[in-house]
Amino acid sequence: MPRLSLAAPAAGLARRSVIPGFRLALGITLLYLAFIVLLPIAALMLKAADVGFARYIAIITSPRTLASFQVTLTTAAIAALFNAVYGLGLAWVLVRYDFPGKRLLDAMVDVPFALPTAVAGLALATLFAKNGWFGAPLAQWGIQVAYAPAGIVCAMAFTSIPFVVRTVQPVLEDMEPELEEAAATLGARDLTIFRRVIFPTLFPAFLAGTSLAFARSLGEFGAVVFIAGNQPFRTEIVALLTFIRLDEYDYAAAAAIAVTMLALAFLMLLVVNLVQAWHQRSALGEG
Amino acid sequence: MATPVNRRRPRVGDGRLTRTVILGLVLITTAVALIAPLAVIFAEAFARGFGAYGEALARPDTLHAIGLTLVTALVCVPVNVAFGIAAAWAVTKFTFPGRNLLLAVVELPFSISPIVAGVAYLFVFGGQGLFGPFLQAHDIKIVFALPGIILASLFVTAPFVVRELVPLMMAQGRDEEEAAVSLGATGFDVLRLVTLPNVRFALLYGAALCNARVMGEFGAVSVVSGNIRGQTSTLPLQIELLYQDSHVLAAFAAATVLAGVALFTLVAKYLIERAERAREEGQPARRPGH
Repeated sequence: MPRLSLAAPAAGLARRSVIPGFRLALGITLLYLAFIVLLPIAALMLKAADVGFARYIAIITSPRTLASFQVTLTTAAIAALFNAVYGLGLAWVLVRYDFPGKRLLDAMVDVPFALPTAVAGLALATLFAKNGWFGAPLAQWGIQVAYAPAGIVCAMAFTSIPFVVRTVQPVLEDMEPELEEAAATLGARDLTIFRRVIFPTLFPAFLAGTSLAFARSLGEFGAVVFIAGNQPFRTEIVALLTFIRLDEYDYAAAAAIAVTMLALAFLMLLVVNLVQAWHQRSALGEG
Repeated sequence: MATPVNRRRPRVGDGRLTRTVILGLVLITTAVALIAPLAVIFAEAFARGFGAYGEALARPDTLHAIGLTLVTALVCVPVNVAFGIAAAWAVTKFTFPGRNLLLAVVELPFSISPIVAGVAYLFVFGGQGLFGPFLQAHDIKIVFALPGIILASLFVTAPFVVRELVPLMMAQGRDEEEAAVSLGATGFDVLRLVTLPNVRFALLYGAALCNARVMGEFGAVSVVSGNIRGQTSTLPLQIELLYQDSHVLAAFAAATVLAGVALFTLVAKYLIERAERAREEGQPARRPGH
């Protein structure tokens, strides 16, 4: 999922374009963005500023809020870790191997993006319920997934499967075989070549994909509420706590928690952009 | 791919054991993590036969939710398609300072949790919001009603069309538009006859993605709609209500509709990519660098 960005304009392009419609197109774009995207974000920030610093700190450091942040960050990290490994494996299999059903598998990777989160949550909750396809055998081993933190991990992991695959896949496709071959001629074994040659080349893309998956999991709501059980201090994620505070008409708390989530999202955006800039530099350095 | 050139010499991971282990692990994980969730939806929905499925789907509240979701999509998709075209036109056909910043703002909704988006809209149009007193004084209902659902959905899906169009229109450059203008075409004609036909597949795919997300949006809509039974519950919210009320069959029947939309979107993606490839092969000179 590379972010959109434009190359610096070539010298000749900076001249005035003869194509009409610049003012109209830019006007519509700015107006729409201001009203649909920036206005709500500004309103949220204003509301949070109204809360006041002391009260904000009290809300955020209350045990229940802290617990929800801990639950969310931990489960999102585990889900991102799962997707790092599985996504790398999927990308590897899709680029390096040929097998029947490969095209179908490639198409399946996008299912979590296309499938509504509520549907995913319903499906996962049913799979992992006590009498579900996975829940029943797991229960015999004494493992509970639904209504436990593990369920949150499952929901987050499912909804962010495509990120690592789709960032690593193109880099793996572009990788020249010569480096590997050179290493092989020098007598290096597969695992060594992977560790020393292949993985370092993939690493920036891999890290960017994993950060995107983590960021997405932090904000996931629909899939999680079905399977989490939503117990305060144990399986209550931050997004749900925000929702609950709204339901209780505690707008100050909702604003404080939501603006913290927003800050976290901006922080992740910064991290992802830095990693991707590094990724692009390393890609350029190779070409 | 297995072109003979690449297979001259076995590459890393081509050993039989390595290949079997990696492929096996990935396929098993895929069966568990990707295929099972999709399969269980249809297995549960049709567990008691087609008749029961039909009845479970045809509940009045579910039908109302389907209608509400369709109306929302009918408004949101054209609006975001129009916005997508305008934004992509401005960004790719002209050079101006702040273009990358503009694109970053366009993509912002992807980074923001739907719940945060919903809360933010509540603080604009809700009773406690920026415009709340004004809206109440004039008896205009936005939040907990259809306009709120539409606005929140617009926010969540604003980037979809733009991000499909921009890379393609960037690659295509401005030559054709400039030629058309120099031949006397108006701006609207250039858009209709030159630019849009060149990007029609990307536009279609962006619209399909936008549509799937509008129909499936849960978090943002659940905040701004108030989820009033039989009034403001869209299809994803209806699924949650049914599930909470232990109408499991009805919940899964409703879920098959959205799963169907998702699968349709993926099939559309596959067909569009194939058509795109066919067109590129037919006109190799059109898009250098691809």
